[in-house]
Amino acid sequence: MSATSDWEMVVGLEVHVQLRTRTKAFCSCSAEFGAPPNVNTCPVCLALPGALPVLNAKAVELATRAALALDCTVNPVSVFARKNYFYPDLPKGYQISQFDKPLATGGHIDIGTRSDGASIRIGVTRVHMEEDAGKSVHDRFDRVSAIDLNRSGVPLVEIVSEPDMRSAEQAGAYLRVLKQLLEYTDVSDVSMEEGSLRVDANISIRRRGETALGTKTELKNLNSFSGVERALKVEFARQVAVVSGGGSIQQQTMMWDERAEEVRPSRTKEGSHDYRYFPEPDLPPLVLAVDWIDHVREELPELPVARSQRYADEYQLNEYDREVLTASPHIADYFEAVARPHGDAKNAANWVMGEVLARLKATKETIGTFRVRPADLAQLLDLVRDGVVSHTAGKQIFARMSETGDPPAQIAERDGLLQVGDDAQLIGWLDEVIAEMPDEAARLRAGEKRLTGVLIGAAMRKSGGRADPRKLNQLLNARLGS
Amino acid sequence: MSASARELRDAIIGGQASARSHVEEALAVARGAESGTRPLNIFITLPADDARCDADEIVEHTNDTEPGLLLGVPVAIKDNIATLSMPTTCGSRILDGYISPYEATAITKLRAAGAVLFGKTNMDEFGMGSSTEHSAFGPTRNPNAPDRVPGGSSGGSAAAVAAGIVRIALGSETGGSVRQPAAFCGVVGVKPTYGRVSRFGLVAFASSLDHIGVFGRTVDDAARGLTAISGFDKRDSTSAELRVPTFIDSASESVKGMVIGRPREYFPESLNPRITAACDAALERLREQGAEIRDVSLPHTSLAIPTYYIIAPAEASSNLARFDGVRYGLRMQGDGLRAMYEATRSHGFGAEVTRRILLGTYVLSAGYYDAYYRKAQQVRSLIARDFSKVFASGVDVLLTPTTPSPAFGIGAISDPYEMYLADIFTVTANLAGVPAMSQPIGTVDGLPIGGQLIAAHFEEAKMFRAAFALERALHGVDQ
Amino acid sequence: MSVSIDDVRHIASLARVGVNDEQAAQLTSELNGILQHMDVLSRVNTDGVEEAIGVGARGLPARADHGPPIALERSTDAFAPSIRDGFFLVPRLASHESSGEA
Repeated sequence: MSATSDWEMVVGLEVHVQLRTRTKAFCSCSAEFGAPPNVNTCPVCLALPGALPVLNAKAVELATRAALALDCTVNPVSVFARKNYFYPDLPKGYQISQFDKPLATGGHIDIGTRSDGASIRIGVTRVHMEEDAGKSVHDRFDRVSAIDLNRSGVPLVEIVSEPDMRSAEQAGAYLRVLKQLLEYTDVSDVSMEEGSLRVDANISIRRRGETALGTKTELKNLNSFSGVERALKVEFARQVAVVSGGGSIQQQTMMWDERAEEVRPSRTKEGSHDYRYFPEPDLPPLVLAVDWIDHVREELPELPVARSQRYADEYQLNEYDREVLTASPHIADYFEAVARPHGDAKNAANWVMGEVLARLKATKETIGTFRVRPADLAQLLDLVRDGVVSHTAGKQIFARMSETGDPPAQIAERDGLLQVGDDAQLIGWLDEVIAEMPDEAARLRAGEKRLTGVLIGAAMRKSGGRADPRKLNQLLNARLGS
Repeated sequence: MSASARELRDAIIGGQASARSHVEEALAVARGAESGTRPLNIFITLPADDARCDADEIVEHTNDTEPGLLLGVPVAIKDNIATLSMPTTCGSRILDGYISPYEATAITKLRAAGAVLFGKTNMDEFGMGSSTEHSAFGPTRNPNAPDRVPGGSSGGSAAAVAAGIVRIALGSETGGSVRQPAAFCGVVGVKPTYGRVSRFGLVAFASSLDHIGVFGRTVDDAARGLTAISGFDKRDSTSAELRVPTFIDSASESVKGMVIGRPREYFPESLNPRITAACDAALERLREQGAEIRDVSLPHTSLAIPTYYIIAPAEASSNLARFDGVRYGLRMQGDGLRAMYEATRSHGFGAEVTRRILLGTYVLSAGYYDAYYRKAQQVRSLIARDFSKVFASGVDVLLTPTTPSPAFGIGAISDPYEMYLADIFTVTANLAGVPAMSQPIGTVDGLPIGGQLIAAHFEEAKMFRAAFALERALHGVDQ
Repeated sequence: MSVSIDDVRHIASLARVGVNDEQAAQLTSELNGILQHMDVLSRVNTDGVEEAIGVGARGLPARADHGPPIALERSTDAFAPSIRDGFFLVPRLASHESSGEA
């Protein structure tokens, strides 16, 4: 028997991403999610006799953008191929995919830094285009399965990694960085919940120090990034146990059971798959002009690494702030739309990372629907900085803004939250406090400095929180100071 | 009965006849063909009242400033082209009860040209056959000799024209299924360049080889029909975005100065000498009109049949996967999904279709792809290259026999591969995608035989120029 | 190369065509009869010859990302062999049954 620590896992991921197009890959049906069954269908995606596919140009553009964001080489000529198999939600009896001449090859993703400073780089073997299948619903009716072809023909890219990951955590990091890149390039909604991002994992084990690859299993039914990590750990332990016990790993598909936290062999017999790929005769090879590929590359938005570097140069933000702010392009855009007009980037970063993200988390809103416009938040930050409202009042105003969407000045005015800096008014409150607390006032005058806070606090309460505490402090010192 | 499509149209424009009267005449001829002891079995569907209604609507268009090329002309349709008003069976049980909810582009274009859709014709199931014996609706007989086959797979369409029911019919071909039955039935049959006519709505057999083609009584009929259905279609990604010449205009052009190639591989020692003689006589007529005849070679011709019978079944095995009983057509009950699939498909497909599906599945399956499919696609390149070289050397059109024999007897050929050899001179044009046509050039034992003209990609106009000239010389057809 | 009866059963299974023993034997001999004519191709030198893919095509045309889709003049109810609430119905599948053994 050997310990788990003698072994390492070798993981490669296959990620299917639904492209954000209005219509399907090979017909003009709506690609939208959620329509009644088989409403978004036509002769092409129902595979009626005689219907033919016509490629969606937007799908090609989005797939190319994704490939370039992953540093792939986009091939000037790629070939669609038919992957043949029977399943009721695959109406043609074949899926249009790409096989030996994919759209793009040879990319990579950096998922972190090693202790020696080198980046942890995961190879991307290929990016290819294909169409989605429909949906089989098994629990709706008795004794029959129900087929809905609304999703049939929706455009996907499949992104296949090299077997470069050595831990569940690395697999998780790969997926998070990949998702981030796809969000930045606006290629997809990348939601595992809605099925616009799907992950299959190939995993094998080997003794540490070995270089040969072991027999792999394929993990399916992975429904979240954390599920991927847990499933890999469970499967790793299973494989180590099998091999340590003198057994050998069967190449097979394993289904992850989220609830039971275990993996089970799929009922599919291996070896029965023979997809009989051949070039799709209804679609000539896809020829992309080098100029066009260059153009798509030039039009790529600023990617996370570049953006993080710029935040260091331009806003002098520390690494932690940069990581949090650039995790999502939408948050990053929001931050910049606050920081630019406000001027104090660190302050803007603190508010976005603090108040804004906390609020989004609490209400489960997205930044896209968030009521507080970045320009308004910048104005609020200006009001606080200029002493027009107190910091405390600022937070109250922010809370009101996120409920109503009203501008901060209007809320401050309406709710009486403008800070009072007028000497006469402040002295009035101080005098009342001194009169009401003669004992404390006397002790302070005698040098008991710690009582300053007590008297200032009382004056703040008299002002309803509106008094400028700094000014109050100065005035109290002048009145009772030594 | 002897009138051409042009004459039918002119009679309507001139007010001597109506689309309705043309339809009534066609219905009467069709009734005659289907009566007696040996009905020809030309149509799978022939709804007389629909044709009459369509004809009556044509009246509204007779005064158009530019009347359609096929105004009021009844046109029969092979039953693998999607029509809205009639079923599309492909000669198969598996499409039992299916009526297409959309229309093929070629049909839309026919209607736009003023044609009246006149029935759906019998065919070898899914186009797989060379005799129209492999139809779930029984064999069609050759109107010239009812104990013989009309050829196939578009045998119903060829017979409809040969029997004088219609002047024009649409067919389709993957390896010669228009030209071969045209030759057997003594009519004109043309297959355009791949990409010239949209395949949208043509039920696929082998997508890279499938073409819609046209039958006519005369070259003008065929040229007219082809002009009407040609042109770019954004619904077919293999359709060519090119201007379409009016092919009937080729009638007025002489063949003087044209170079006609005689490829030696199409005239083997074993060929029936009377077929060779008929082809050489045709070449001589063209020479007399000023064409130069040149001996040429297409060295890879003998590889065409094996190449074709790998690629076509491979594509067919995939194209026919959609007939699974889930969304349309026949469904047989079975215990579980696999049993349902297998029962539906084994009951729905005939023997020849089953054979080709299995052959195609085999040549694509793991371990055999490189030896069969990849190799065949490479040899296909060599065959296409043969044509390119010959046409690049200054040859305008090739003339060959269409078939190695005249129509054979019903039931005479039972070995599948022997049947495949009926396509020996026609499959090359499908493999290369070049335009080709067959027209009557004589008879052997009283049975018609065809001469084939082949031109370079998108050079149909040249091909028709030679065809019109040959027709004038051989049959004295007045242009 | 020649085809065995087990090969025929395997490809019939891949193609979802039911064949009984008699048919399988018949098809084995027919396919072998056809395939022997294909062997001639193995003797052709095709080194460096491109496969014929997209013969004559000038690239792949692509369409703009908008509708409308090609209309259905008759609804799915008019042609589906078994349909309920808009769904096509098939014999029950186990939920994780996948393509190969469906």
